[in-house]
Amino acid sequence: MTLGFDPRRDPRKIAIWTLVALGGVVMVMPFAFMISTSLKSREELYDLRLFPLAPTLENYIYLFRESRFVRWFLNSFVIASISTASVLFFDSLAGYVLCKYRFKGRQIVFIAILSTLMIPTEMLVIPWYVMSKNLGWLNTYWGIMFPGMITGFGVFLMKQFFETVPDALIDAARIDGLSEFRIFWEVALPLVTPALSALAIFTFLGSWTAFLWPLIVTNSASNYTVPVGLASFSGEFTTEWNMIMTGAAVATIPTLVVFILLQKYIIRGVILSGVKG
Amino acid sequence: MASVTLSGVVKRFDKTTAVHGIDLDIADGEFVVLVGPSGCGKSTTLRMIAGLEDLTSGDIRIGERIVNRLEPKDRNIAMVFQNYAIYPHMTVHKNIAFGLRMAKLAKADEERRVREAAAVLGLTGLLERRPSQLSGGQRQRVAIGRAMVRNPAVFLFDEPLSNLDAQLRAQMRLEIKKLHQGLATTVIYVTHDQVEAMTLADRIVVMRDGRIEQIGTPTEVYRQPATMFVARFIGSPSMNMIPGTTGQGAVELDGLGRIEAPGSAEVRRPIFLGVRPDDLRVAAGGAGALTLEARINVIEPLGPDTLVYADAGGRELVAKADGRAALRRGEAVKLVADADALHVFDAGTEARLS
Repeated sequence: MTLGFDPRRDPRKIAIWTLVALGGVVMVMPFAFMISTSLKSREELYDLRLFPLAPTLENYIYLFRESRFVRWFLNSFVIASISTASVLFFDSLAGYVLCKYRFKGRQIVFIAILSTLMIPTEMLVIPWYVMSKNLGWLNTYWGIMFPGMITGFGVFLMKQFFETVPDALIDAARIDGLSEFRIFWEVALPLVTPALSALAIFTFLGSWTAFLWPLIVTNSASNYTVPVGLASFSGEFTTEWNMIMTGAAVATIPTLVVFILLQKYIIRGVILSGVKG
Repeated sequence: MASVTLSGVVKRFDKTTAVHGIDLDIADGEFVVLVGPSGCGKSTTLRMIAGLEDLTSGDIRIGERIVNRLEPKDRNIAMVFQNYAIYPHMTVHKNIAFGLRMAKLAKADEERRVREAAAVLGLTGLLERRPSQLSGGQRQRVAIGRAMVRNPAVFLFDEPLSNLDAQLRAQMRLEIKKLHQGLATTVIYVTHDQVEAMTLADRIVVMRDGRIEQIGTPTEVYRQPATMFVARFIGSPSMNMIPGTTGQGAVELDGLGRIEAPGSAEVRRPIFLGVRPDDLRVAAGGAGALTLEARINVIEPLGPDTLVYADAGGRELVAKADGRAALRRGEAVKLVADADALHVFDAGTEARLS
């Protein structure tokens, strides 16, 4: 691999590359230690060397055989997938309407949606809990999912992206005889795939790593999500770091897959929407 | 094919009125161009005909039907937009066939129509390309193709050539004209370019501030503009306007003398005398109904003709001279126009008097 420049001639670039490389190391170190710890035996756990002296898969075997990790993983996966699908659909639908339709109170609705971004989750947790309790949603998938089915951020993001879709395309589709929903679905939505991909990544990651609300709304181990489940390895007196790290290592796989898969669509989307007007 | 009739069509957006009750009859197969400066309501009128804007009041008929409340798809029209509005995520073929698919046409019929339109428009080799791989002219052809396959009763064009460069615009203009001659479908075409209006139209509708200023053939609009606005808007360079007073068989031009004007009103009133640069000749000698002494300020050779900007009594006038004439800046010349080239407008109402 070449550096693409002659370091002797450009000292500024050396400085920049060094800084970037350092940043990279800082980012990768926790990840490397997570993998490393997951391969350490109980005895070696507090020995902070990066490469274990006697690497072992016993943690992984315990995780899959003895703990309820597989169940938590499945819970997380179902919840994150449904939440993501829901956010993509409803946020883009709301964003499209707010962007392309003129109606009384449009601005107020938009501001109301935006203002939800300013309310921290911690403040909402108690009302959510009371609501879930009254509606019988405690300790259910729906209870875990419902606060994240539509997000103000997503509506805002999609509305901004729909601005790039020319109104004439929508008019042309109307003349072509499409219903309003099909115009959204077949004409407008395919033109904002980069935004959809970005939103999918944010939402999936957000749901996959959500901790506070799933912890509060679930009360049986079989309904835990991965973060809540992993937290249960941390007891009052001891913390099973090896199990937490092993679970976390496995839990990063779906997020990586989602990112790698959708990154391709982001690039493809950029090419697609690169049509000069 | 169908006629289009607008009666008392009004469009208000909140507090502003974009179209102030216009009446217009367009015959079956006619090519009508709505022309005017931006904001004159021409595009809004077209969009109301298309069904993309609701009417505030009035009626629009296409054929025998009142279409005020019909969806665009049910009006039997097709529209071509300024920025093409072809779907970037579909191939040329899909773009052209899209409307037909919505109309649930038989597959074979759909394919035949797409192929025919592609052949007419020279798109046959490009059917599998995406819009991003096409030039501006090709994209506009796809947009026209999409309109053509629908076999509409009325074609609506909203400034379709504005995004193209001058050469391509001239070429596409010709193609649109040929297309109309071939299909003989009613066309309503919106533009702010008076050259497009003159070259394409059977009849021109000149609009200003949401009202129709004049409806006429290109020759009528050019030769007998109904108002000063039309006189200035149609023709390039714009018509020269010289202020003066009329009355008792003559026109007194401010600072430029007096000319005979038989039939002018008895009552004296302020007027503008209009004369097109094409009708104002630069002559060494000779005389016409209007003869003005002038001094050349600027010379613009165009090839066959030369535009001459000359100072006559402190007023700059534009005249046309033969391209071969040897003219110099600062030279004293006579500007001459015949009686039938003079237009008299009321200075108050701006309406044509003669």
